[in-house]
Amino acid sequence: MFDLASIYEAKSVSAAIRALEDDPSAVVIAGGTDVLIKVREGRLAGRRLISIHGLAELEGIALTPAGDVEIGPLATFRQVAESPVIEKTVPVLGEAVDQAGGPQLRAQGTIGGNVCNGITSADSASTLLALDARLRVRGPRGEREIPMAEWYRGAGKVNLAPYELLVKIVIPRENYEGYFGHYIKYAARNAMDIATLGVSCMVKLSGDRTAVEDVSLAFGVAGPVPLRVYGAEAAVRGLPVAEAADQIGPAALEEVSPRTSWRATKEFRIQLVRELSGRALREAARKGGAVL
Amino acid sequence: MEVGRSIVRVDAFDKVTGRAKYTGDLIDRPVLEAAILHSTIANGWVKAMDISAAQALPGVVRVLTCFDAPDIQYPTPGHPWSVEKAHQDVADRKLLNRRVRIYGDDIAAVVARDALTAKKALALIRVEYETCPVVLEPREAMATGTPPIHEEYPDNVLRHTVSEIPLPPDSGFQCAQEVLDCPGYHAFSGHYETQQVQHCHIENPVSWAYMEGGRITVVTSTQIPHIVRRVTGQALGIPWGQIRVIKPYIGGGFGNKQEVLYEPLNAWLCTQVGGRAVRLELSREETFQNTRSRHPISFDVRAAVDQDGRLMARECVLVSNQGGYASHGHAIAANAVTGFRQTYLDQIAHRSEAYTVYTNRSSPGAMRGYGIPQANFALECMMEDIALEMGLDPIAFRVKNLMPLGYVDPLNGITCHSTGAAACVEKGRQWIGWDALREKYQNQTGPLRRGVGMAVFSYKTGVHPISLETASARIVLSQDGAVQLQLGATEIGQGGDTVFSQMAAQAIGIPTEDVRIVSTQDTDTAPFDTGAYASRQTYVTGHAIKKAGTLFRRKLLDYAGELFPGAEGLDIRDRTVMDGAGNTLITLADLAMEAFYSLSHSEPVTAEATAHVKDNTFSFGCCFAEIEVDIPVGKIRVLRMVNVHDSGTLINPALAEAQVHGGMSMGLGYALSEEMKFDPKTGRLLNGNLLDYKLPTAMDHPELAALFVETCDSSGPFGNKALGEPPSIPVAAAVRNALRHATGVAVNTLPLSPQRLVEEFWKGGLL
Repeated sequence: MFDLASIYEAKSVSAAIRALEDDPSAVVIAGGTDVLIKVREGRLAGRRLISIHGLAELEGIALTPAGDVEIGPLATFRQVAESPVIEKTVPVLGEAVDQAGGPQLRAQGTIGGNVCNGITSADSASTLLALDARLRVRGPRGEREIPMAEWYRGAGKVNLAPYELLVKIVIPRENYEGYFGHYIKYAARNAMDIATLGVSCMVKLSGDRTAVEDVSLAFGVAGPVPLRVYGAEAAVRGLPVAEAADQIGPAALEEVSPRTSWRATKEFRIQLVRELSGRALREAARKGGAVL
Repeated sequence: MEVGRSIVRVDAFDKVTGRAKYTGDLIDRPVLEAAILHSTIANGWVKAMDISAAQALPGVVRVLTCFDAPDIQYPTPGHPWSVEKAHQDVADRKLLNRRVRIYGDDIAAVVARDALTAKKALALIRVEYETCPVVLEPREAMATGTPPIHEEYPDNVLRHTVSEIPLPPDSGFQCAQEVLDCPGYHAFSGHYETQQVQHCHIENPVSWAYMEGGRITVVTSTQIPHIVRRVTGQALGIPWGQIRVIKPYIGGGFGNKQEVLYEPLNAWLCTQVGGRAVRLELSREETFQNTRSRHPISFDVRAAVDQDGRLMARECVLVSNQGGYASHGHAIAANAVTGFRQTYLDQIAHRSEAYTVYTNRSSPGAMRGYGIPQANFALECMMEDIALEMGLDPIAFRVKNLMPLGYVDPLNGITCHSTGAAACVEKGRQWIGWDALREKYQNQTGPLRRGVGMAVFSYKTGVHPISLETASARIVLSQDGAVQLQLGATEIGQGGDTVFSQMAAQAIGIPTEDVRIVSTQDTDTAPFDTGAYASRQTYVTGHAIKKAGTLFRRKLLDYAGELFPGAEGLDIRDRTVMDGAGNTLITLADLAMEAFYSLSHSEPVTAEATAHVKDNTFSFGCCFAEIEVDIPVGKIRVLRMVNVHDSGTLINPALAEAQVHGGMSMGLGYALSEEMKFDPKTGRLLNGNLLDYKLPTAMDHPELAALFVETCDSSGPFGNKALGEPPSIPVAAAVRNALRHATGVAVNTLPLSPQRLVEEFWKGGLL
C-alpha cells in the first residue's frame, strides 16, 4: 500500500504540463522505480502524482537525418541497452544503462527519470555528460535545450522548472562520431547495486591510433553531482594513449571532490578515481583500435 | 533403498507453481493490521507518550504503549525448556519497553483497519525520552563507570566463562599458560575480528493471531512452533495450552526464526482488540533492525607448537557483542570457544575464555553455525598464519593436528564416532589442483594477483549434552496402503520434509512416494519436537522416524500374520507383504482396507514414538578457493570454489548438494561484503535494507562445487550427521587465506571489503 494523495494519468505531454502548472508541488512519475521507493520511505509520502507513463510522444529511440541520436525520456534502460541505434552510434550508453539494478528495474526504469532525479550515481549520467548530450525540455512557453554540462544544480537538483518536462535526450552527431567510449561502474556487487564510483570516458584517436586526439572523462559519485574533469582532459589531449591513460587519473584528482560517508571514505574514492580513470581511457582506446 | 535416493523435493512443484501457502496467504477472515513504534534513541527511557492524535485517527482501533504492556520479562531463544532453573534462558524482554536498549526498540503499537493507517498513526505519537550515552562496542560497555543496560548486569557482562581441559598427568605443566609460555615451543599469537551480519531470509517475520473458544491461535513463520507456544504463554503470563501455534511453509529462517520474535506481541495485541484477527508483518528494514543477526566477535588467540608442527596448547579469548537483549544468551559465545577447541587436538592444554557483553546494537542471536563461523575464521586464519610463520605446509600442518577418530571432548563428552576429515581435505586438494597452484602463484607482481586458500571445520550434530534432544513422530495408515507422516520437526526450506519422508519409507519398507508428510505443524495436533536448529532434525528427528517406522512396520506385519496364520518370515517388498519363500500374500492396499474395515478386527494402524537422543557426533569438511585480487581497487573475484563435506550417509544427495551451495553462498557474503553498519553517534543501523547491505547476487558467485566423503556414522539413525549449517562455516577463512597467498597481506578482520583491502594494501606497501 502506498501513501498517495492522488494520481493523475496524463494523456498527452501538454496535458501533463498543464497539470504541473496547476499544481507545481505534484511529482512526475514515469517508471516509478525512484518515486515509489521515496513514497514508501516517506520522503514523497502523501503527495499528488502526475503520471507520464506510456505517453507515446516521449518514447522511442531514433537517428535524425542529420545523424543526431534522439532518445525519448520514457525509453527504459532495457530499450536503450537493446536499441540498434544506440549500438551503432553510442554503444557505451547501452553498456552503461545495462548495469543499472537488475532485469526488473531495467525493464521499468527510464533513462529520462535517471537524468531528471539528479542523483550523482545515476548509471546513464556520466556517459551522457561525457557525450555532452543536450536535454530538450518543454514548458508552457515552449521548448529549450540544455547541455548536460549545465543540467546539474546540486545534489538531486536539475535545471528543470516545476512545470517543465524533459521531452528528448539528444546526442549530436559530432559528439559521438569517431569517438569510442567505456563506462566502468564500480560497486560492491555486480548487479542490484548503486555505483561507489562511475567513470565514463570517450576517446577519439589519432589517425594511426597511437595518440589521444580528444578525450572526455566524466564521473558519477566523485562529487554531489555527476562531473566532467575538463582540466585532466586538456592535460592528456595529444598524448600517446598509454601516457594519457597513466596521467589522466592523477590529473583528475585536482577536479573531483568526493566525500567521506559511511559507504566509503574520501581516500578510498580518490584511489578509485586515480585508478579507474586510466582504465576507462585504456579500454575506450582499445575499442577504437589502439594497441596497448 | 529410500535413503540415498536423489528424489525431487516433495514440495518442489507446489512451491514453484505458487500453490504452497505461507503465513500471509492463509488469512481466512477480516484482519486488522498492527504496526510498531520504534524508538529514535538507542539507550535511555521513555518518559512519556502522547497517543491522543494517533488514537483519534479514523481507522485506528487501538494504540497501546509500553505503559500498557504487561510487566513480564520473558526469554526469547528457541532452546528447549530446561527443568533446571540454572539452565533456563535469560528473561530480559518485555512486549514493549519503557527502558530503551537499542535504536528502534519497540515502545508502542497501533492496531488499525489497514497497514497504511497504522503507519500514519505511528507518526502521530509524541514521545518524550531521557537519553543515556550510546554504547556499541563491548570495550566501552565493560569500561568502569558505564551505566548498565540491564540493571541485573551492572558491568554489562551477561556472562564470562573460563575453561581449561585437564592436562595429561605426566605433562609436567600445571596449566595452559605454562605451555603457551614454554620457550621450547614456537609461540604464536593473533587477533581476529568478525562482523555483524544478517540471515536475509526471503520472507520477513510475519504472524497473525486470533481468539477462538477463549484460546489464542497464532499462525506464524517460525522454525520452532512448540517453543513459540511456550514463550508466548510465558510472555502473556497464561497457561501454555491456552496458545495454539500453526506453522505453515516458511520463506527461510537460518536461525532468525529459531527465536520467538513478535508472536507474543501479536498474541497480546489480539487480546486487546477483543480477539479479532491481527496481523503483524515486519518490513525488511524492521527485520534488519529488530530481529536477530550473527554476533560480531573479537578473538585473541595463542598457540604453542612443537618443532614437528604439533599443537601443544592453544588459548582462545573471545568477546561477543550481544547487543541490547540476551536472545540466546551466552550459548553462542560458549559454542564458539568449544568449536574453536574441537577441530584440532592439543597435545597438552587448551584454555578458553568467553565474554558475552550487552551493548546498544541490534541484538544478535542464532544464525547458521551458532558461533562457529566466527570461531572458524579465527581458528583457520590462525592455522594458516602459524604454518606460514613456521614454514610448514598449511595442509600438512592441519592434517597432522586434526581431531582423531574416537576423540572424546574432555569437557562435554561429545565423541567423534566417524571422520572423513582428512579424506575431505585430500579431495578438495585434488579438485582445485592445490599443489600446482600454490607453486604457480608464488612471487607474482602487478595489479592482478591470484591465490588459493583453504580452511577446515568440524561441527557437532544437535545440542546434546548442552540441552535436551527429543523428537516425536507419528505414522498413520491410509486406506490405500500409503501412510501419513506427522512430525513436530519443521520444513524451513532446507528439504526436511523430503528427507523425513525418505527415512520413514526406509524404516517401513515402502517407496517414498507412498509417504505423505503433513508439512504444517499445529501445536494442538503435531507430535512434540523442538524444531529446526543446530542441524539436528535429520539426526534427532531421524531417530524418532526410524523408531516409529520400525514400530509401524511391525504392526503391519503382525496384522498380516493374523490374516495368514502359519506364514513365516514376513517382509514388505514392492508394496506387498511376502512370506519368507517370496510368495506374495497380500498387497499393502488390501491389507489397509482389511485393517480399517475388518468385521472381526478393525485396527487402522498407527505408530508413534519419541526419541530422546543422548548422543552427538561431529561433521567435518573444508573449503578450497581460488581467487584473483585486483589490488588497486581492492576487489576479490572468486574464480573457483569447492566445499567438501563429511556429513555421514547422505539421505538425499541432490538436496545435500543444494544445501551446500546455499551455505557456500552465505559464506561468500560473509567473507567479502556483508556487514551491518551502525552510526556511532546515534546507534542507528545505517544499512538495514537490501540495497545498502551487500548480500551477493547471482552475478557475484563463481560456479560452486560441492563434493562429499560419505562415512557411516554409528550414532546417526541412518549413518547421517549434521549438514544444514556446516556449508557456510569454512568459506570466509578459505578466501582470506587465498588472499594472503595472492598478496602476502594477512587481513584479519571481516568482511574482506574493497575499502578495507585497499587500506591494508596501503599499509602493506602494495599501493
